[in-house]
Amino acid sequence: MNEVKKIDYADDGQFCSGHVACAGCAEALAMRVILNSVGQNAVGVVSPSCSAVILGGHPLSSARIPFLHGTLESAAASASGIKRALRAQGKDDTTVLCFAGDGGTYDIGLQALSSAAERNEDILYVCFDNEGYMNTGGQKSSSTPSGAVTGSTPLGKATQKKNLIEILAAHRIPYIATVSPSHLNDMAAKMDKAKAIRGTKVIIVLIPCLPGWGVADHAAVSTARLAVESGVFPLLEIEDGLRTRMHPEHKIRPIDAYLAQQKRYRHLSEADRAALQAEVDANWARLSAQAAL
Amino acid sequence: MNAPANIETRQLLNGNHAVAWGVRLAKPDVTPVYPITPQTPILEKLIEFQSEGKFAAELLTPESEHSAMAACIAASATGARVFTATSSQGLLLMHELLHFAAGARAPIVMFNVNRTPASPWGFWPDQIDSLSQRDTGWVQLYSESPQDSLDTVIQAFRIAEGSMLPVMINHDAFYVSHSVEPVSVPAPGLIDEFLPRVERPMQLDTGAGQSLGAPIGQASWNRTRREMAAAMETVPGLTEAAASGWRAMTGRGGGVLEAYRMTGAEVVVLTMGSMAGTARDAVDRLRDEGIAAGLLKLRLFRPFPADELRAALAGVPCTIVLDRNYSPGMGGVLHQEAKAALYGTVGAPRMHGLLAGVGGVNVDVATIARLVRDYRNADPSPDAVWVE
Repeated sequence: MNEVKKIDYADDGQFCSGHVACAGCAEALAMRVILNSVGQNAVGVVSPSCSAVILGGHPLSSARIPFLHGTLESAAASASGIKRALRAQGKDDTTVLCFAGDGGTYDIGLQALSSAAERNEDILYVCFDNEGYMNTGGQKSSSTPSGAVTGSTPLGKATQKKNLIEILAAHRIPYIATVSPSHLNDMAAKMDKAKAIRGTKVIIVLIPCLPGWGVADHAAVSTARLAVESGVFPLLEIEDGLRTRMHPEHKIRPIDAYLAQQKRYRHLSEADRAALQAEVDANWARLSAQAAL
Repeated sequence: MNAPANIETRQLLNGNHAVAWGVRLAKPDVTPVYPITPQTPILEKLIEFQSEGKFAAELLTPESEHSAMAACIAASATGARVFTATSSQGLLLMHELLHFAAGARAPIVMFNVNRTPASPWGFWPDQIDSLSQRDTGWVQLYSESPQDSLDTVIQAFRIAEGSMLPVMINHDAFYVSHSVEPVSVPAPGLIDEFLPRVERPMQLDTGAGQSLGAPIGQASWNRTRREMAAAMETVPGLTEAAASGWRAMTGRGGGVLEAYRMTGAEVVVLTMGSMAGTARDAVDRLRDEGIAAGLLKLRLFRPFPADELRAALAGVPCTIVLDRNYSPGMGGVLHQEAKAALYGTVGAPRMHGLLAGVGGVNVDVATIARLVRDYRNADPSPDAVWVE
């Protein structure tokens, strides 16, 4: 068993106990780090998603900052409206934060996000990516990776996960980062960096979904770690859509252990797994080349 | 009946530019807006004002009307004064968020240019785009002319901020939006006094950890609609108060319902929008012929001013409703609403619902006069009738 190390980061109590995340869900952990990085001078928008559920029903809230519970497709548009309104009222120093799932980001919210990115609205957009519509019981989204079984892909998804990072990079927004609940110091550092940048910032957080992916209750963080260590989910930063930074030392193992922790990949044949491994390796090679530029 | 020249200036404006002047005077903080024919001149004029340094609002030009309305709601929730404008397809794309805005009690003011919805494509004056949004919780007002549109858009902020309900003002495509007439434009100081800033009870504020729109239980959701009902009940009074304040200042304008030559009227035309202007001339022609005709122009459509309509039609034997809209399977929307308001009242008039001008077909003075002559003594029919 690995040695357990205590992670030190500032916790000002921005995320309260008593929230209703599933027991063992890593999204609550990520929200805690993110909300503490953002601090008190902030207003949030949340799309219908697991994060909206975790934030809680009226009149309770697990966040100390106010959140507008908006519609599924309009998080970035709503955040733009808040930012502009605060600016008009002389409160331009307030951080405007979005919480959305991958359905609300990769799918139905992409149009509004693209538009906000094109206008370079000064918003901090966080996508909790659990690779499917997990809050509605586990259907595929365009973020679901190839091969994964969901309620609407019972034989495994035939097409690849949408490459949102490259879509966003093409908008030349100042900052894009991927973070994982297995690497909390990295998450906090990237949040601090994003908060200080003016313009559109997008953070994608990988969230292994316990029921949706078929992961054991204690294994959310270790599954996220395996995603990073196998190169399935590279931790990276892209500045101005052009300068990519990543950690070549992170990829230390094949995808087998990552797949083995999840029921959604249980049906894969040897050949299927080899094809997935090839897809991951090709993506890693391409990103590494990009980062070396 | 125009105010002295030192209070107002006269300009030649089309309906949409008159709206833009009204918005400039109302000084919204945020204006998210997306172009659509025939609303675009409103957007263009506001951007022109901004480039001249005369309009300070944060202008947002998102990728769709849906995002424009999402931005409106969010901006309004911070306490900002918010305006947007749209038409037809754009209004219909906003539909989900129209419900949301009213539920969030966001006092947004929106101008809608009434235009036929596709399919098939058309760009003609027809009110079904806005009338089909009648159940979303927005206050709806209908304007007859460029002057009416300028006056009403300013009054709408008073109604919205007084009731904490969003307000939609409508005028007809081209007949009003692009028709040019002399318009009196009030001096800025007048409007600052007419539209003081209102402190809001519920805002997204960094000082408070309270959220807006979070999921609630059945009983609480039910209570939100009762609260909206109570707010809706205040709207006719707020509309009348705004109108009388406006009249005191400018000498112009009616309230919830405008009556024209109603004294001793035996047949009354009930309509809204630009049709009211044509009907006014038709009433004059009929009176000249010895027919005791009158006109009721419905200015406030939502909440539907049932009490005011019952009072105005008391003792009138016959009412002819002219609808420039068609709800398939039922008829004209104003006809339905008027019937519902009068059903069961003692001495309710005979009522004819005429589908006149659907799709923007021109309905001229002679046509309205002929329809009144034809239908004033006809047996009433509960159903709408297509007329030429």
